[in-house]
Amino acid sequence: MSHLLELHGVTKTFGAVAALAGADLVLDAGSIHALVGENGAGKSTLVKIIGGLHGRDGGEFLLDGEAVDFKSTADAKHHGIAVIYQEPTLFPDLTVAENIFVGRQPYTRLGFVNRAEMRRATLELTSRLGVVIDPDREARGLSIADQQIIEIAKAISLNAKVVIMDEPTAALSGIEVERLMGIARQLRDEGKGIIFISHRFDEVFELCDTITVMRDGQYIATNAIADVTVDEIIKQMVGRSVENLFPKQEATIGEVVLDVAHLTRAGVFEDVSFQVRAGEIVCLAGLVGAGRSEIARAVFGVDKYESGTVTLDGATVPRHKPSAAMELGMGFVPEDRRKQGLAMTAGVQTNITLAIRNQVAKAGFITSKLEQGPADLWARRLQVKTRALDTHAVMLSGGNQQKVVLAKWLATNPKLLIIDEPTRGIDVGTKSEVHRLISELAGTGVAVLMISSELPEVLGMADRVLVVREGRLTGNLSRADATAETVMYAATHAANEEVAK
Amino acid sequence: MTVETTYRRHDRPLWRRLLLRPEAILIFAIILIVVLSIIGIPNYLRPNPGYTFTTLLLNAVPILILLLPLTLIIATGEIDISVGSILGLSSASFGLLFEAGVPLPLAAVLSVIIGGLIGAVNGFLVTIVGLPSLAVTIGMLALVRGIAVGILGTTSVTSFPPEVTSFVRSSIPGTPVPWLIVVFVVLAIVFGVLLHFTAFGRGVFAIGLSSETAAFSGVNVNRTKFILFVLSGLTAALVGVLFTLQYSNAIGSNGNGFELRAITAIVLGGVSIWGGTGTLLGAIVGGLFIATVNKSLQVLGIGDDAIYVITGSALIVSVVIASVASVISTRRRVTTSAT
Repeated sequence: MSHLLELHGVTKTFGAVAALAGADLVLDAGSIHALVGENGAGKSTLVKIIGGLHGRDGGEFLLDGEAVDFKSTADAKHHGIAVIYQEPTLFPDLTVAENIFVGRQPYTRLGFVNRAEMRRATLELTSRLGVVIDPDREARGLSIADQQIIEIAKAISLNAKVVIMDEPTAALSGIEVERLMGIARQLRDEGKGIIFISHRFDEVFELCDTITVMRDGQYIATNAIADVTVDEIIKQMVGRSVENLFPKQEATIGEVVLDVAHLTRAGVFEDVSFQVRAGEIVCLAGLVGAGRSEIARAVFGVDKYESGTVTLDGATVPRHKPSAAMELGMGFVPEDRRKQGLAMTAGVQTNITLAIRNQVAKAGFITSKLEQGPADLWARRLQVKTRALDTHAVMLSGGNQQKVVLAKWLATNPKLLIIDEPTRGIDVGTKSEVHRLISELAGTGVAVLMISSELPEVLGMADRVLVVREGRLTGNLSRADATAETVMYAATHAANEEVAK
Repeated sequence: MTVETTYRRHDRPLWRRLLLRPEAILIFAIILIVVLSIIGIPNYLRPNPGYTFTTLLLNAVPILILLLPLTLIIATGEIDISVGSILGLSSASFGLLFEAGVPLPLAAVLSVIIGGLIGAVNGFLVTIVGLPSLAVTIGMLALVRGIAVGILGTTSVTSFPPEVTSFVRSSIPGTPVPWLIVVFVVLAIVFGVLLHFTAFGRGVFAIGLSSETAAFSGVNVNRTKFILFVLSGLTAALVGVLFTLQYSNAIGSNGNGFELRAITAIVLGGVSIWGGTGTLLGAIVGGLFIATVNKSLQVLGIGDDAIYVITGSALIVSVVIASVASVISTRRRVTTSAT
């Protein structure tokens, strides 16, 4: 019997980065197949290849036993592949029915769009899925759960054979998850093949029958769900040696520098309290979307929060005022260096001196000459490779861009440096250079709050790991206690008090 | 062991940085137009009736002052096209207040404050409410012009004290340079220093380059924009008062279309319409360029309609040139970084 969908040894590189280095996946009709792995393991890339968004560089791709090669998402749809994303992309101004039939509306004999038929078909689809959604309402303002249902209805109306759900439950509430799982089972019973991507092992184990683990862009193992335990899956997901990659220096840990108490922003994070001491590297770990960056951004003041306090070296940091946080000695290396860290079409000097513009000024006035000193000094200290100080940031490599952002913030001489994804998208060599820099920085007594989606980086760098799950701190692990398993467990499981309920 | 390096300040040689910038190109163009006009247009130097260097400057000065704060707004990536209307309202209210017996200086101050208030409303709608500045100031352009024309009706106030109006029109003794140019120079220095030599100015450019990066760098994006809209309103209203005295004529239609000329001058002068780059000097040279072209056209007896056509074309052409230039430099970047 041929399988519904088969991928073997699929490879894909983006520039110099290998996103997939031999991915395998075998999906059968009438099955719900879990695809799990850490952030960056290659799950999403694999889904995008199946969905026709990316072409593959190598490997086999069979659908119903026949080799296929999708040129576009439309091509994939035509072959019966449907992808339901975590955040569906409906047209907010169109109605539910129009969204389902966009681009293929039924027509009346006179050539007008047959609204009655569209409405009837939509009602039939939604009732088949056991949900009630008014076909005439605009998509704007629908819950994410309802939007996903509409995407699924669309997939069914397109006769999809393969339905891929990419972290569909990440933004859903308990009841909505139940409803979605019911629909997934129904689709399975109708003979469709479902790929279910989730970080929540409770759901995976309840819903799926088969599980494939990926790591570092590679296939690791496929098992029947009944044959494996959560612990075994976690081991497969993270199993690699960590220690030798990150040569962390010992630093003396001093007084409390940052004190965050009961920080809350409704729907984003709740009652978050933690401290960071001088010389300490504290990592916020957790899944993408858990709220780590949001917490850090609120602490720095780029985002608002509703209640709680942030104290730096004994002084209260005003809410939503980055300039005040900076004056008190906070620095922030943001997640997206192109949009948030740098002015891409400005020179290295302009970028390095932007955050210290007030300090550079003499009697209130700044000249390029005054900026040159600190720009040159910090570019040199971080060994930024650039032709000149007025070379635009956009012309530098990713690693050098990140060094410029680090230089910009080190120049502010911070007491606390928040670093969000310090090594995202930069080459391995620069990566370890950045790690060394962060470690040295802590060695000089700076408190470091780091966010990273790369578990090895977290384990290698952190003195303490704070695990965030759905906006709450679910783990506070010392360096000794933090292992891939304990962090992953805290990141994917409900905190103890929730279990108790 | 690491090798100690000190970086070069500039990637490109001095001559390229100096001669290939929009300011330099515009200055060449101005010289070229003047030379061609002297050769080609009879009476260019001694036209009838008395279109002198002083008249050229007097005609140019309202636009030159208007474009100063506007350049800063454009550098943040926003725009204010209500300046011409604010000028008109200021003129009308100045005339109305004066006619009602308010002392001239007080009438002037009140009119300027009204301009500042309109700027504050613009700033409020753009920053706190978060509307696009183009939409907000288009609305304000129509609304304010309506009020300006409405409060004075079809009448105009012309009864300003002759000693004041003739002083505003007069030149520094012994020179052809009008006193109004002194006002402009002072303001140009203030805005130039603000934009290019203060932390505030660094923030202005940072907002235009990437407002998110600016926010992460401690720039108060909303406050900066708000201040600029208020400055723009104040300045436009000040120009309204001066313009009224200059021509001894307070009327709601004063300054009609000035926003177009000011924006054209700024963009011609190399300030990116998307924000982030450019110099105040460039914008000023752009204003002088437009004034020079206007003078030649007027001496030739070509009417205002043709001047509109030329100004509009100049605006589009300069935007096209700027975007073509950026495409070319992006291509060059790609090829150089590939090697």
